[in-house]
Amino acid sequence: MQYEAVVIGVSAGGLMVLSGILKELPGDYPMPLIVIQHRSKDERTLLEEVLQDKCVISIRQANEKERIDRSKVYFAPPDYHLLIERDHTFSLTCDDPVNFSRPSIDLLFETASEVYKDKLVAVILTGANRDGAEGIRAVRQRGGLTIAQDPATALFPDMPRAAIDTGSVQHILNAAKIKDLLLQLAKNRTDHA
Amino acid sequence: MNKTPATDNEELKELLESIRFVYGYDFTEYAEASIRRRIRHFMSANNFNSIRALNKTLLEEEDVFEQFIQETTVNVTEMFRDPSFYKSLQENVFVRLATYPFIKIWIAGSSTGEEVYSTAILLKERGLLERSVIYATDINQKALQTAKEGVYHLKKMKGYTSNYMKAGGQRSFSDYYVSQYDGALLDRSLRQNIVFSAHNLAADRSFNEFQLICCRNVLIYFNQQLQNKVIDLFYESLCPFGFLALGNKESLLFAESRKNFEEVDRKERIFIKTGQ
Ligand SMILES: C[S@@+](CC[C@H](N)C(=O)[O-])C[C@H]1O[C@@H](n2cnc3c(N)ncnc32)[C@H](O)[C@@H]1O
Repeated sequence: MQYEAVVIGVSAGGLMVLSGILKELPGDYPMPLIVIQHRSKDERTLLEEVLQDKCVISIRQANEKERIDRSKVYFAPPDYHLLIERDHTFSLTCDDPVNFSRPSIDLLFETASEVYKDKLVAVILTGANRDGAEGIRAVRQRGGLTIAQDPATALFPDMPRAAIDTGSVQHILNAAKIKDLLLQLAKNRTDHA
Repeated sequence: MNKTPATDNEELKELLESIRFVYGYDFTEYAEASIRRRIRHFMSANNFNSIRALNKTLLEEEDVFEQFIQETTVNVTEMFRDPSFYKSLQENVFVRLATYPFIKIWIAGSSTGEEVYSTAILLKERGLLERSVIYATDINQKALQTAKEGVYHLKKMKGYTSNYMKAGGQRSFSDYYVSQYDGALLDRSLRQNIVFSAHNLAADRSFNEFQLICCRNVLIYFNQQLQNKVIDLFYESLCPFGFLALGNKESLLFAESRKNFEEVDRKERIFIKTGQ
């Protein structure tokens, strides 16, 4: 299967896992990675800067109406929902929080799965709420590949556990294995290209 | 999930077209992912199991349509939202407005009015409100009605007070409202210089010339084409060297007429009309 995009949802306790995964990705990783990290609305771009220092792959905050490119990691800006449009651009909205979250993982995953269908990879990492569970279900329903961090290895197990409880998660892995899988998916892509 | 997405898209298009045809509300150029999601939300909350069924009801029952508009437009707002924006507005824009004998401001997509009163308060503190008229417009009639009343939840005042201080407010925020039960009634005198009226950015034309247009967190709901049209409308409606203020995440980056504007404050998204 040739996947086209990776979406990642991560909340409390996420910085370590996330940087552990992202820093292993090559600068020409063949897909875009779109990340929802719950964070304070007063924090503007610090997270991106801290991560960029550790990673070779390019890391940025998603802009309204920006085209989605491969080999880039996009973060949702704090306090906005991030949605994917059919023409592969981003939209931002300030609708009410979904499940107390803005940005909402569910919203990103649902809109991404409508666009990328079975060519989407969705990953849920550590977090202390249940955002992302509905999103994972939507991704799986449309044939996408679903992955959750093994709750036993997560700093906050609630979020991956809620995703797993939907019965829609195909792979339950620790962070290192998730990274390996993401690299493998990229390799399959280049092998077929 | 028994329908292919293609027919889904066509039905959605059909729905938006018929709404435009019957009621004159044009959502055909709204950013699709979000309008689609809100329509779906409305459908599941009101037990419609197909877009077709929804379409039929909306065309036949005006009160359901009213409710549909209420629930599918997003009216989230607050007073002094993004305090650093208001700080910059005072420092970079109000000083220039002060040079005009008569000041005209348009706040487009003013929702329930919090932004309008915030601006009026700061104009008042700079001694500018008396010679200003603020035109506050929105397509949502109910939101406009709330705006006119100027009564907000008392429990929100704490957050607004902190925003007001961060925005560079010079007095005590409690000077501007009186509490009534669980509501905060904003100072009536602020309203003397505000005109609230319905205006649809997707369909209506320019109605005056302004020195400042604020349109914050509205364009994000539009697609690129409609954004371009609305930016052109603003351009036409600004006097030479008039100011345009957008929301925190909105830019002219992808707009066709960006060459006609220069940045005044990049971070706070304040622009000035330059080209012709
Ligand atoms: C998220 S609110 C923004 C409120 C306020 N400007 C702020 O920044 O806090 C968006 C507003 O835009 C209004 N709106 C949406 N489409 C519009 C249109 N075509 N013409 C005028 N207003 C519109 C909605 O009714 C809503 O009140």
